[in-house]
Amino acid sequence: MTETLRPVAPLMERSSRGWMVVRRFLRRRLSVIGLVCVVLLYALAFLGPLLTPWSYAEQDPTAYLAPPSAQHWFGTTQIGEDVFAQTLRGLQKSLTIGLLVGVISTGIAAVVGTVAGYFGGWVDRILMWVVDLLLVIPSFLIIAILSPAFRGKTWLILVILLAAFSWMITARIVRGLTLSLREREFVLAARFMGVSPWRIIARHIVPNMASILIIDATITVGTAILTETGLSFLGFGVQPPDVSLGTLIASGTNSALTFPWLFLFSGGLLALTVLSVNFVGDGLRDALDPTSTHAGRRRSGE
Amino acid sequence: MTGFLARRLVNYVLLCLVATFLAFALGSATFSPLGQLQGRNPPPPASVIAAKRAALRLDEPIPARFVAWMGGVVHGDFGSTIDGQPITDELARRIGVSLRLFTLGAAVGIAAGVVLGVVSAIRQYRPSDYAATLFSFLMLSTPTFLVGTLLKFGALRLNELTGTTVLSFTGESSPGLPGGWWAHLGDRLAHLVLPTLAIALAQIALYSRYQRSAMLDVVGSDFLRTAQAKGLTRRRVLFKHGLRTALIPMATLFAFGFGLLITSSVFTERIFGWYGMGDWFVYGVTQNDTNIVATVTLFVAVVVLVSGWLSDVLYAALDPRIRL
Repeated sequence: MTETLRPVAPLMERSSRGWMVVRRFLRRRLSVIGLVCVVLLYALAFLGPLLTPWSYAEQDPTAYLAPPSAQHWFGTTQIGEDVFAQTLRGLQKSLTIGLLVGVISTGIAAVVGTVAGYFGGWVDRILMWVVDLLLVIPSFLIIAILSPAFRGKTWLILVILLAAFSWMITARIVRGLTLSLREREFVLAARFMGVSPWRIIARHIVPNMASILIIDATITVGTAILTETGLSFLGFGVQPPDVSLGTLIASGTNSALTFPWLFLFSGGLLALTVLSVNFVGDGLRDALDPTSTHAGRRRSGE
Repeated sequence: MTGFLARRLVNYVLLCLVATFLAFALGSATFSPLGQLQGRNPPPPASVIAAKRAALRLDEPIPARFVAWMGGVVHGDFGSTIDGQPITDELARRIGVSLRLFTLGAAVGIAAGVVLGVVSAIRQYRPSDYAATLFSFLMLSTPTFLVGTLLKFGALRLNELTGTTVLSFTGESSPGLPGGWWAHLGDRLAHLVLPTLAIALAQIALYSRYQRSAMLDVVGSDFLRTAQAKGLTRRRVLFKHGLRTALIPMATLFAFGFGLLITSSVFTERIFGWYGMGDWFVYGVTQNDTNIVATVTLFVAVVVLVSGWLSDVLYAALDPRIRL
């Protein structure tokens, strides 16, 4: 009996949770393609400017509204700016904003959710009231209203505003998980040993919901990019002289019908970015949280 | 039931007030409505600026200004713009434009989304299912302003190919159109096609995903097998017993989707040149006009909460277990 069991042990060791997650993720082709695209897009946004002699603010007086050519890969604008350089600059800004908002909002959600769930009582009630209030407020309109306040100031204010309005639903989920986790034996044991509440939250509760937080951060990156470009499109987001994919699309749409290169590249890259991020998020959800019954994916027969 | 819905309604009214106050307060705090007047060249006399200051009540604290404005709103007077135009007249004009877009967009989006979701659930893992999935992913990743612009682009190409105006894409009607009432109706419908599509496509994508998974849950359930074993036809089982159950979770989603629809209608109105509420909001922010912005926010809050209330009613109507 023992002899037949022996070879199994090393196999079990190798397929630890981390490997299992990686294997599950790699099994989904679309998610892998999405991940490759995201990596390539970041590389393009940050390394791409090295490939072209033009900078995003530079003007070429010999080429106004020139179609894509060997010299200007994506063509030029009305005042001779290189569309390739501009698009990369916009992509840089949009990707950075998306990533920052994802990280910050997930951080807020983790802190608020665990604190509300762990301490309970009036702390819980106040925090959840704030959550409900922020959920009802039309965030898109509020950020637009505040836009004159950050005109001419740093785009980081926009990041903070976007993050401030995108953490609420996750905080609710985190709170629910905390409510069940805090009754578990290992948390009770830690508490009776005299570990401080903050330490319990940081060392025992947050690590146990890491998968949810990772999934959420990824999904928030996608939605944040969509909101940011939307605001920028209307002129309420990233402010000139800085560019984002949204402002580029906005300035391109006026003449999109006759000079399609002004907006086709930025539009295509934006759709590709969000699509890839969504695929990665989907794959992560399936890999990290196999119990989730998320809309659109029911893996019967697996 | 009535008591529950009434309590919900009171709660919603309070939330509307909070949202509107926030928009009003933030607008008052960040906007500089005198900027345009002060920036004029040659500069206007100080007395003019002082008069404007007094007219806009800029020296009063924000809560007092809000109470004064809200007092007017209760009596159907939404105040005036910075230029002194009455907001109420403009509001009546613009609400019609926006509501037409909302209702059509929501109706098309819900109907087509539910049908698409049900079809891809019933024919799971067939080419049609994969096509629907691909469509949804593409649509959910493409912002409305891109979809709208591409639609406009496509319509122009179509018009060029056919040599006539098959699809119109500017404004909500052709100005100075000859012909009678029917010609006008046809013209308005022709103008509606593209903006409605721009709004509905994302809605279809969102709803079809959820409808698909809700329907899949139901299709595999025991009570459907029982119903079929009893001798009901498959069509009857799927639509009478299956779809009704699968629609229950969707009722909540419709309210959420409506919020999305309002945001995307802002872009649609801008792109297709419709002078609706979304377009007005953008104008209000660029003009630094607090009253316009607060009016639009109140409108949005009311629309969202009415749709939320309707989805509560729908929920109760669909689910026989709910006795409130």
